[in-house]
Amino acid sequence: MTVLPMGHPSTGWRRIKSMGFRFFTWGSLLFVVGPALWLIVGVVVRAVPNWRWSVLTTLSQGTSGGLENAIIGTVVLMFGVLVIAGTIGVLTGIHLSEFAVSRRGRPNGGTMRVAVDVLSGFPSIVLGYVGYVALCVGLHWGFSLLPALLILSMMVVPYIAKSTESALRQVPTNYREGAEALGMSTGYALRKVVVKSALPGIVTGLLIAISIAGGETAPLLYTAGVTNNLPTWSLLHHPISYLTYYVWTDWNQPSTEAHIVSFDAGLILVVMILALLVVSRVIVARTQRHAEGAR
Amino acid sequence: MTISPTSVDPTRRGSAPRRVGHFVRRHEERVWRTSGRIASLIPVAALLFVVVVLAVKAWPAIKVNGFGFLTSTAWLPGNTYGGVEHVHGVMIPAGARYGAWPLIAGTLQTSAIAIVIALPISIGTAFALTERLPRWIAQPVGFFVEILAGIPSVLIGLWGVLVLGPFLAHDVYPIVATHVPNIPVLRYFAGSVGYGEGLLTSGLVLGLMIVPIIASTTRDLFLQVPPLPKEGAEALGMTDAEVARRVTIPWVRSGIIGATVLGLGRALGETIAVAMVSGSVLGTVSPNIYGTMTTIAATIVSQLDSAATDGTGFAVATLAEAGLLLAVISIAVNLFARAIIRRTSRMSAPVGRA
Repeated sequence: MTVLPMGHPSTGWRRIKSMGFRFFTWGSLLFVVGPALWLIVGVVVRAVPNWRWSVLTTLSQGTSGGLENAIIGTVVLMFGVLVIAGTIGVLTGIHLSEFAVSRRGRPNGGTMRVAVDVLSGFPSIVLGYVGYVALCVGLHWGFSLLPALLILSMMVVPYIAKSTESALRQVPTNYREGAEALGMSTGYALRKVVVKSALPGIVTGLLIAISIAGGETAPLLYTAGVTNNLPTWSLLHHPISYLTYYVWTDWNQPSTEAHIVSFDAGLILVVMILALLVVSRVIVARTQRHAEGAR
Repeated sequence: MTISPTSVDPTRRGSAPRRVGHFVRRHEERVWRTSGRIASLIPVAALLFVVVVLAVKAWPAIKVNGFGFLTSTAWLPGNTYGGVEHVHGVMIPAGARYGAWPLIAGTLQTSAIAIVIALPISIGTAFALTERLPRWIAQPVGFFVEILAGIPSVLIGLWGVLVLGPFLAHDVYPIVATHVPNIPVLRYFAGSVGYGEGLLTSGLVLGLMIVPIIASTTRDLFLQVPPLPKEGAEALGMTDAEVARRVTIPWVRSGIIGATVLGLGRALGETIAVAMVSGSVLGTVSPNIYGTMTTIAATIVSQLDSAATDGTGFAVATLAEAGLLLAVISIAVNLFARAIIRRTSRMSAPVGRA
């Protein structure tokens, strides 16, 4: 073994590099957490001083008034997405994980997988454009609930399918083998054992998906329209408002009231979405033991 | 009250609902299989629908605008109330000329800035989360970074245009702009800094939006690196920086590349936040890094309203062409990323809609 003659002089440089690396890691953590906190706190401190609880219970008048119609509209959109995209996405995920596999257990079902991947890469504004051109104008549906729901669902179905698929893949093989050993039919075992133990993962995916849907703006601007009235039960021809619209339009209106509306809508959005994400996280944390090969 | 014969007949146990249950149980697998197959065909159909609509809508614009669309900088809606021209059999308003080069340039520039900023910061954050912070605090901080991916982009745009942009334009950009030396690359950082709406601010905001995607994936990858090679490298006398550079990062390099390209896909397609902080100026490529600009996605969202007033429908068709262009770019990027991720690690791409 040779002794490195240059060993000593290089050590100082290495020490500096090591220290630089340490600064770099701490610094980058600061640069991520700092702006993020700044953002959330920034929205909260601008909304809270002017906060009136009546915002929750009065209708909007465009650039002033309350946000009741937008809150209910956002909840309706989230719920509709949960029904439409949830059904399609979960079933697609089950299909991709359980049935679209070859004998050796390798992923199969090429077309559907590619379609899901491609759809998840589609820019949301392009989907919104298609909704406007084809559904609102082409089919004469007008700005209304159904085109908005269909476009939002197109956006989040890939996400739900992916999260369902990976939740099902994490079900321990033992569970499936055990179910088979007990003589359960494949379908019964799927329902009672596999899907049941993957349920927390599936629910988490659904919660995150509706939080994505609730926070979207671009695909809704040209499909949902806007109204100062409460959502109606009709799917077509009646516009529906949503919270992100007020954030998007009211911040650069001239009046102070409009700015207040904008930040109020932002605060309500932050609270809603953080609540959904925290709940989904709690579900994950409480049910990690089911996962195969969990950390 | 009479007792129906069937309910006491010992050979025919079970009421109608139970018989339905029995039927479902017998054919359950087929039910799952069929409904799964039907459901998974819906995304395929939806995709075809979207692509066909885009292509049909864009076709007249492709015919008229030709290849010049990719290189021209004009964005002239023409005379909406005046005469009509016929070009290649398509009716367009007199004088309408469209070129997407500023939009393409803006999209690529902002995404490039976002990646250049986000990649090192994400790797540093991932190291801090896995190796620096104690576990009890690393977990909540890691969760915080993850939920950052879920913050609505309209709020990030709001903060970017009202808080971050003015702060940077007032306190940071002038210092940089007056101190950069006048040499070829850095000259791009000199000049007028504007009011905080523009290229660099958009890139920074996009960077903040894609950091969670890259950082949380990279953290998960770092946790998968087995400890023995790292300990071995340390036993050979490497410093932690050398272990990181020579062992940890090479071990998961392709996963990091995959996550980065996924983040790039999101940055390319991001609409609302960029529309709010870019300044939305059509028709010019920014002369320096602070200038106002726009991207393909931001243009679609800000121009569709006025495009709908074009009686010939040509403006809407042109936006379809722009959307098709954006879709092609971001889908190519996305598929590339997913191919890398699928090949190199067993996890599915996890974070947010990307």
